[in-house]
Amino acid sequence: MNMPILNEEHADLELVQGAEPVARTQWQLFRRRFFRHKLAMLGLVTLIAMFVVCFGARWVAPYKNVTDLLVEPSGPSWKHWFGVDLLGKDFLTANLYAGQISLKIGLFTALISTALGTITGAVAGYFGNWVDQILMRVTDLFLLLPSLVILAIALRKFGKSEFGIILVLSGLGWMGIARIVRGQVLSIKEKEFVEAARAIGGSPSRIIVRHILPNLVGPIMVNASLAVAGAIIAESTLSFLGFGVQAPKSSWGKLLSDGKESIATKAYLIYFPGLFIIAITLAVNFVGDGLRDAFDPQAKH
Amino acid sequence: MLTFIARRILYSIPVLLVSSFLVFVGVTKTFDPLQKFRIGIKDPNALQRAIDRLGLDKPVYEQYWKWLKGVLQGDFGVSYRTSGEVWPMITRSLGFTVQMIFWGILVALLFAIGIGIFSAIRQYSAADYALTGLSYIGVAMPAFWFGLILIQVFGVWLKQRLGWERSPLFFVGLHSTDSKGLNLDYARHLVLPVLTLSVQLIAQWSRFLRSSMLEVMSSDFIRTARAKGVPRRRVVFRHAFRNALIPLTTDVATQSGLLFGGLVITEQIFSIPGMGRLFLDSLAQGDVYVVLAYLMVTGVFVIIFNLVADLAYGLLDPRVRLS
Repeated sequence: MNMPILNEEHADLELVQGAEPVARTQWQLFRRRFFRHKLAMLGLVTLIAMFVVCFGARWVAPYKNVTDLLVEPSGPSWKHWFGVDLLGKDFLTANLYAGQISLKIGLFTALISTALGTITGAVAGYFGNWVDQILMRVTDLFLLLPSLVILAIALRKFGKSEFGIILVLSGLGWMGIARIVRGQVLSIKEKEFVEAARAIGGSPSRIIVRHILPNLVGPIMVNASLAVAGAIIAESTLSFLGFGVQAPKSSWGKLLSDGKESIATKAYLIYFPGLFIIAITLAVNFVGDGLRDAFDPQAKH
Repeated sequence: MLTFIARRILYSIPVLLVSSFLVFVGVTKTFDPLQKFRIGIKDPNALQRAIDRLGLDKPVYEQYWKWLKGVLQGDFGVSYRTSGEVWPMITRSLGFTVQMIFWGILVALLFAIGIGIFSAIRQYSAADYALTGLSYIGVAMPAFWFGLILIQVFGVWLKQRLGWERSPLFFVGLHSTDSKGLNLDYARHLVLPVLTLSVQLIAQWSRFLRSSMLEVMSSDFIRTARAKGVPRRRVVFRHAFRNALIPLTTDVATQSGLLFGGLVITEQIFSIPGMGRLFLDSLAQGDVYVVLAYLMVTGVFVIIFNLVADLAYGLLDPRVRLS
């Protein structure tokens, strides 16, 4: 798989006229395509900036993360760019700290649900037969169960902590990637190199991890990146319905759900958290598109 | 064809049964339907009477079996919360939800088809880029946030700016108190919730249609049609569009099924007494029979629409054969 191949972009060949053509590995090709994808780079920069300002809020935020009832709520101004919330906290500061939890939930949910889905899909696809039947029926079941019921039950049991929410959202988000991985594994396991690996006595777990899954890095990464956006939106929706993190903890969804009561008088309280969510979701989607194009330049979508 | 339908229906029955059982166990073990007896009522016997009446002292599987037997005879049980029959509650709220879904899908389809065709035949134009940008935002936006913004803009901001006495668009319910039927009042209530519901669908479907249009437009039979002199307009609508619709149909059918469950947010924001609200209210109070009825109805809709999606694919595209 790591055999060097020629870069197919002719422009580069002309640049190095007379010289030996440059040999590049798959990985180098991928990196080149990804880092030249303008939107993906825009997304990546936004994403990194967001992580830095949110997790560095202690140093970046213009005010302390405390409520001050002596400060009147007020709209955006030069002193308070995003205004002041109902409890007298600078709203930009509130948003940055809220971002910590939203981003954490998005990131960990994406990681856990992708891992769960990949394992389920790979096992179902590789072993086939009754293993496949059972796992896929379980997947169908999860797709049909109303997620809000599971959420309400699980959150009642685990409490409305970030950890509980991450677990529940991961438990509800693994089915899509499981189906994709299963489908791919079904076709890859028929290839000669898998047969060869089996012939020399490779164990199933080794064949899956070392031989099959590396071929699926593309779709898995694309899905994981999109799952981050999905989880952040899901968390905000949960908060809105009252199933999210509880005060004094805060997330963008929590800010939105607190702000909805004063929609008539203090609209800035719902505009700003929403803009943060949109920015992060857009950034993640752009990165996902970039990854997809970089892994699979021929694919149309 | 008939065996295909029969097999699909037969196969979804166990899934429905298992999921209803899991939900039954989960909800009864987690929520306390007798909360109101425990706090409000002083009479110590009232609690025991309620337990006897509802059969709550029986083992869970026995209660489930009793419910299942009832369902098979068309009896969905009695709500803990209101002590009324569950089925009329469901049909009453189902009406609102069906209206929302009908208008939501209709509006979403009209916009998505318009935008999709337009940006496919004007690929890489400024308008195409603008629409693509908007659709990215449409997908990235939490639906409830968009709903709130709509309320803020139409219900508050425009009203203040233009000095209206009442906003031309309403955001509570589907009718004013003394109004019924299809009239202007209904339309004024519908606009905002339908927009909230359809904005994401418009974004997704228009992207989808654009790419499948582009794919069809680059195929050989389109070139042939153009070469033999069929006018461009006719090629776009008669040849390309009809083919590009096939994959979209599947997507529309699948998502329509899911919408029955997914209206929770829109109904909550716009105070529409549909299935979503009924479900949320019931869930919060552990009203398990209403939750189960909701699950059954939405589950059946998901299954039917998935089936329709597959059948439609086969009917529209003779190249696909169902096996």
